Amino acid sequence: MRHSVKYSFDIPSSKNKLRLMRKFVTDVLKVHNVSDIEINMMVLAVDEVCANIIIHGHPTDDVSEVKLAISLQKGGVWFEIIDQGNAFDIVSYQEPEIEDLVKNKNKGGIGIMLVKKIMDDIQFKSTSSQNTLTLYKKVEFTT
Amino acid sequence: MIEIKKETENNYLNILVNGEADASSSIHLDKAIKEAMEEGHQRILIDCTNLNYISSAGLGVFMSYIEEISEKSIDFILFGLSEKVLKVFGILGLDQLLTIKENKEAAIASFREV
Repeated sequence: MRHSVKYSFDIPSSKNKLRLMRKFVTDVLKVHNVSDIEINMMVLAVDEVCANIIIHGHPTDDVSEVKLAISLQKGGVWFEIIDQGNAFDIVSYQEPEIEDLVKNKNKGGIGIMLVKKIMDDIQFKSTSSQNTLTLYKKVEFTT
Repeated sequence: MIEIKKETENNYLNILVNGEADASSSIHLDKAIKEAMEEGHQRILIDCTNLNYISSAGLGVFMSYIEEISEKSIDFILFGLSEKVLKVFGILGLDQLLTIKENKEAAIASFREV
């Protein structure tokens, strides 16, 4: 049987409460002795996708639930983010070039780039009722 | 949550950024830099000693001024970044497009002559 540890958290539907989610992810990974640098990278990736869901996925409905599940299995960590808002498939999303963003003095457009650079695998699945985004990061941890 | 303080020293402006620059708070960082630019400062330091976290929203603020810094030949220097925050600037190579120094002394030492 595979050994795994699971945690779950309800993401608040307001971007000024994202720090609560960041604290949750940080606390979970600290328990398993993941390094501070790695923790910050994973917190950042989850923060980016949650901010996207809050800002773009739920334009009118702020009561929708966004759920985060973290599961640690041999060799890596899985983050599963489930929401019921507008589907946004970050896997097939084509990111802009950073040089163009700089030239155009853009402030946005780099969140998804960060997620793709940080994570080792990303999968997106959308059904009529919900969207599931799975992020995977290879990392050392203790059980 | 973010707290921004501005200190005008002899010949430069020091902007202290404390706390977290995320999707909700980075607008305050943007406002502070925008004002500094509009006031015509030629030497701007960003003290990141107490910046504990930065997301794409915060990085995006800095990214959006790279062109203006270059066009106006402004000395715009970040210093005091923690290892984890510096690593975030490095993910997309923004650490190469901005001037980042270890501490305030090194930042001041790198001002160009006027």
